[in-house]
Amino acid sequence: MPTLAHYLIVSGLLFAIGLGGVLLRRNILIIFMGLELMLNAANLSLVAFSRFNLLNDGMPNYNAQVLVFFIITVAAAEVAVGLAIIVALFRAKQTTHVEDLNTLKF
Amino acid sequence: MQLALFSFFSLLMLAFALGVILLRNPVSSAMCLVMSFVSLAAIFVTLDAYFIAVVQVLVYAGAVMVLFLFIIMLLDLREEKRRRVRLSAWVGGGIVVGGFLATLTQVITALPALNVVKPDVSHPMANDVAQVGFALFRNFNLPFQIIGVLLLVSTVGVVLLSRKELK
Repeated sequence: MPTLAHYLIVSGLLFAIGLGGVLLRRNILIIFMGLELMLNAANLSLVAFSRFNLLNDGMPNYNAQVLVFFIITVAAAEVAVGLAIIVALFRAKQTTHVEDLNTLKF
Repeated sequence: MQLALFSFFSLLMLAFALGVILLRNPVSSAMCLVMSFVSLAAIFVTLDAYFIAVVQVLVYAGAVMVLFLFIIMLLDLREEKRRRVRLSAWVGGGIVVGGFLATLTQVITALPALNVVKPDVSHPMANDVAQVGFALFRNFNLPFQIIGVLLLVSTVGVVLLSRKELK
């Protein structure tokens, strides 16, 4: 049977992959996908904690699952706004490469 | 059996997540992301979180990915040209990610409380959706309403952002 540590390690690896994508890739869309991976890693650890820490009546802690539901909703809103910003950016600059976007660079 | 399924879907999810950040074509990255989300939904099923698994498939693998693919088509993104790899960026990123992973494994292996097998639930056939609904509408009604307002605001914001001329 998988233990809680297994789930947490998988969640940590997923978070690390997403973080690596955000830090190393130069395409703004792929950076955005890395953000989604990191949000999903957080969801996985929340659901794992909910299942492994049963309440007194022997049921999973559904408060954590409600929190995951909220995270998914906020992530959907965030994706919509972020992609609209990327489209506006592409209209202005004709690029999605972060190194070409250096107007605000000091 | 459960360990085998868990390992299979975990490896699948991590492999496709690696594909997301390693492939150069944005469409391949998006397809890998879909598969990664679906595998994560399967892992949610091994945790008896059926409602979250279904929402994951519907919202992430459905709506969010359609949005991503739409934008990739709209912007007509081609395969990225190979640019000179900046060594400093890779070293810095590697240090941050490696440090995070090292800390995490140390914490997880040092805590014996995390080395527990899944306890049995008292009602294994309980209606998962109803339980989440009870928690959502009894304990978290106000946040639920606020989330609704947030969705409305973001929808209006997206419509404003994507108009031809920004005022």
